[in-house]
Amino acid sequence: MNSFFGFAVTFATLCVGTAMALASVRLFRGPSAQDRALAFDMLYIDGMLILLLQAIRTGLSVYFDMALLIALFGFVGTFALARFLLRREVIEP
Amino acid sequence: MTDPVLPAWAVLPAGILLILGGLIVVTAAIGLLRMPSFFARMHPPTMGATLGTGCVLVASMLVSSAVAGHPVVHELLITLFLVMTTPVSAMTLMAAAIARTRPKA
Repeated sequence: MNSFFGFAVTFATLCVGTAMALASVRLFRGPSAQDRALAFDMLYIDGMLILLLQAIRTGLSVYFDMALLIALFGFVGTFALARFLLRREVIEP
Repeated sequence: MTDPVLPAWAVLPAGILLILGGLIVVTAAIGLLRMPSFFARMHPPTMGATLGTGCVLVASMLVSSAVAGHPVVHELLITLFLVMTTPVSAMTLMAAAIARTRPKA
């Protein structure tokens, strides 16, 4: 049973790594700026997932705090990018 | 590796949820790479990443509850935060894309 769980954690980590690679291809290739912002959004969510999988694998709660911080600041980054694309300035005077 | 004393009621659903979450996330990435236009590309990351993250978070909740011996709901913070913020960023990006692709008339 335990080897099944280890296989599941490794499989999920490999899947998320593949998703990060595909999202980086879209990030470099994206024809428009909003494509790149979308790929960046996907990329930070995948990085957060890898940290969560490390938290499951090792049992340390430090990884969980890092995942929470990445979720927090990644949203701020995506929102600022989208806001800039929409209005040409992030904070309106 | 994790403790060898994890009970089966936690390990079995957590493993299945982890495999499902990984498959959903990689499906979302393939959709992000292969969809033809931006407005079609908008769909897979928002829905797929939210669902995949939900699967991984429920699995993490199960495992940490089994390790600690009592229910642990720290992961609900991340779940709540993602469920609140993903639609907001998706809608803002969509509004930006509409404003940028609208013909100047």
